[in-house]
Amino acid sequence: MTTSTTQPAPSWRSEPPVRSERGIRAVQPVAALLGVIGLGICLVLSLDVVSAAVALGLELALLPLLRIPVGTLLLRTSPVLVAVPLTGVSIALYGRASGREWFDLGFAHVTDGSLVLAVATMLRVLAVGVPSIVLFIGMDPTDLADGLAQILRLPARFVLGALAAIRMMTLLGDDWRQLAMARRARGLADTGRIRRGASMAFALLVLALRRATTLAVAMESRGFGAPGRRTWARPARFRAREWAMVAVLVGIGLVSIAVSVAVGTWRV
Amino acid sequence: MTVPGARAARIEFHDWGWRYAERDDWAVRGVDLVVEPGERVAVVGASGAGKSTLLRAVAAVLPDEPDPDDDSAAAAEGSVLVDDVTPGAVRGRVGLVMQDPEAHTVMSRVGDDVAFGCENTGVPRGETWERVRSALDVVGLDLALDRSTTMLSGGQRQRLALAGVLAMRPGALVLDEPCANLDPSGVRQVHDAVRALLDETGATMLVVEHRIGTWLDLVDRLVLLEPGGGVIADGTPADVLRIHGDALTAAGVWVPGAEPERCSARAPRPAPPRAGEIPGSVPGSTLAFRPLDGAGTRTSPRAGEIPGSSAEPTRVFRPLDEGGRAAEHTAEHTAEHAAEQAAEHAAEQDLLVAEGLGTARGRRQRVGSGIDLDVRAGQVIAITGPNGIGKSTLGLTLAGLLRPADGTLRATTTLAGDAGPAPHAWSSRELAVRIGTVFQDPEHQFVARTVREEIAAGPQALGISDTVERVGELLDAFGLAHLADANPFTLSGGEQRRLAIATVVATRPPVVVLDEPTSGQDRATWQAVVDRLGALADAGTAVVAVTHDRALVRALDADEVVLSATGAAPAAETRAPAAETRAPAAATRATATGTRAPAPATATNAPTEVTT
Repeated sequence: MTTSTTQPAPSWRSEPPVRSERGIRAVQPVAALLGVIGLGICLVLSLDVVSAAVALGLELALLPLLRIPVGTLLLRTSPVLVAVPLTGVSIALYGRASGREWFDLGFAHVTDGSLVLAVATMLRVLAVGVPSIVLFIGMDPTDLADGLAQILRLPARFVLGALAAIRMMTLLGDDWRQLAMARRARGLADTGRIRRGASMAFALLVLALRRATTLAVAMESRGFGAPGRRTWARPARFRAREWAMVAVLVGIGLVSIAVSVAVGTWRV
Repeated sequence: MTVPGARAARIEFHDWGWRYAERDDWAVRGVDLVVEPGERVAVVGASGAGKSTLLRAVAAVLPDEPDPDDDSAAAAEGSVLVDDVTPGAVRGRVGLVMQDPEAHTVMSRVGDDVAFGCENTGVPRGETWERVRSALDVVGLDLALDRSTTMLSGGQRQRLALAGVLAMRPGALVLDEPCANLDPSGVRQVHDAVRALLDETGATMLVVEHRIGTWLDLVDRLVLLEPGGGVIADGTPADVLRIHGDALTAAGVWVPGAEPERCSARAPRPAPPRAGEIPGSVPGSTLAFRPLDGAGTRTSPRAGEIPGSSAEPTRVFRPLDEGGRAAEHTAEHTAEHAAEQAAEHAAEQDLLVAEGLGTARGRRQRVGSGIDLDVRAGQVIAITGPNGIGKSTLGLTLAGLLRPADGTLRATTTLAGDAGPAPHAWSSRELAVRIGTVFQDPEHQFVARTVREEIAAGPQALGISDTVERVGELLDAFGLAHLADANPFTLSGGEQRRLAIATVVATRPPVVVLDEPTSGQDRATWQAVVDRLGALADAGTAVVAVTHDRALVRALDADEVVLSATGAAPAAETRAPAAETRAPAAATRATATGTRAPAPATATNAPTEVTT
């Protein structure tokens, strides 16, 4: 770290602000990202029930450590929870037929083979979906951006542009409410829901483009995109904590493979 | 603290001009101007004179590169130099702060936002934080570095932007209407922060602002720019104001000392002569009060005159004839007579009654409580108070767009007719003929492709038979006839503002609620908007304006309701000294905070203002 040499002594004033985060929140989000990718790779190597069940079991056992309120957990994972049964049903109907046949609807067969495959797929979706959602609940996009740019070396222009766009999303929510109220105030909100929605979406797009243009000017006026090397005010480090996070996630995947091989259900 | 390496910049325009891509006309042309290092210059001029373009050129943020081979591309002529080189070559030497505080916060944490410029220009990490902390000190922003930037007030946001600029150690500071959207306390904060920044760095400054009075104590020079004509006046502020005062006012500049008089936008009645009025001249024709826009096409009446022909003075603005009361102001009266009668009748008619009203943004975010208020026909109510206290939320609640969180908001039978007493429960059509709302950002309420369709949208949805006539009348009355086929999104700010009011008035609601109808406007646009509101009230419409604009409160002689952390109270000093011409303003009742639970929590969601 460089400190200005003109200063007689490096003072606290030149230190980055100390974040008060503890536990899981203090881990660089890039570590979670890499770990989840590693876990996902482990789980797509096989299509058996045991490996997916073991992985999911380990995850659920570790979940309380994150101290996420149950309500938040259910709300955030609801997309996965909805998708899982749908996946299961469609694979049970259309999955490769083998073994005893339970139903034959002509175009769809439910067989032993397709049922097993459906359960395995459902468990697999959960085993990958749950950690990739819960680890990013409450994550600070700024921290992720710092990690992506400094650790993974993604282009700063791309990362910071995306970060600024995320910040604008909340403004779009306010815009949408204003647009809805304005239409009600003018007597246009009683009928034509779909057409009204389309006109609001168009207005929202116009407003978003305006905002983006202004923001681009603001960023440019502060030297964004200037030639020369960019520095990073916030350190993003990959240290023991981060390695531990990756190790735990990839470890879950390896353990599940090992168990599966040991009991003989492993198949590629 | 001395700042190493922050030498004031020299800015030079030589016969400079700029044309945006896809435009036929030059935004600015023929500018010759030299700003010596450390000089502080205010640039004024009419809308469309190219002031912002000038500033953006200095900050090197004009869009598109000029291409002499392509007719539709941007074009430049002459030269603009910062320290004798093109501005793009010394990015970071010039710091820019723009009008919309919301739009130029880049990062989500205070410290990160200030550090953003330093990072881009390659300042080492340790020095960056050193600079961030001292910049926040200079602008008087005493916030934690990891505090979120989402809940800052306008004044805090602009100071944050100034801190971000200061941390880059600029040689020049360029301010493009930094105070246009701020309340008076925000304006003071930003002014003081700029002064501190200039004291600290000795930087050159260029500032553009309609209400130029804010900056006169800090600037050495005042430069008047004419659309297409370059610099037409340049000198010390005192000289330019003295010699070119009328030209400045005509250009939409708020010249100190020429503020609108109390009640100047209400019905004509014996009143003190207005500032700037030449004795013996026809009122309305003086330069200082020319009530038209830049295009000069307005046929706008003077403040308070009933728009439209004198034969049918109240036709356009007659409130909806639902309560059977509009019969009183029909055509046989003269404009003046009708207005007086309307005012007399109006004074007796409550339209909306709020009792112990509590307001909330969204489901949980309580912002105001214990508000007692009567809205009467023909009355102008100004809801004022500091930023974040819940003025807009109260306006939207009164407008029937938000459900009251507490207490009651009741529409009297005069207003409600056969609909129920609770405005928020009305259907959209029921609401549109009773209460109209003009939003802070006019672009939120536009729904059509042309100005004409825009005005017709409301009446058409209600199945009103004379829609075409109404639209024609409103186009004329609001000076929009020449723009009837233009897309609302392409209008200028002032035109959009007038269109927004016209669309709401088209359904003839007896109550009109407006959120900051005059913020960020030049003097001419301001006058046009305020005149319209005065005319509405004179014709018997109740006008509720959420505002921090003192000039608006004065010109409309509004009953002021000041929101504070302990509820709402009428401001004593806002009434005309002797309310000789109008019914006394018994309309607004003070909230006796002792009679119900005091509401210290009222402003808990307000951005915390830092007093320095």
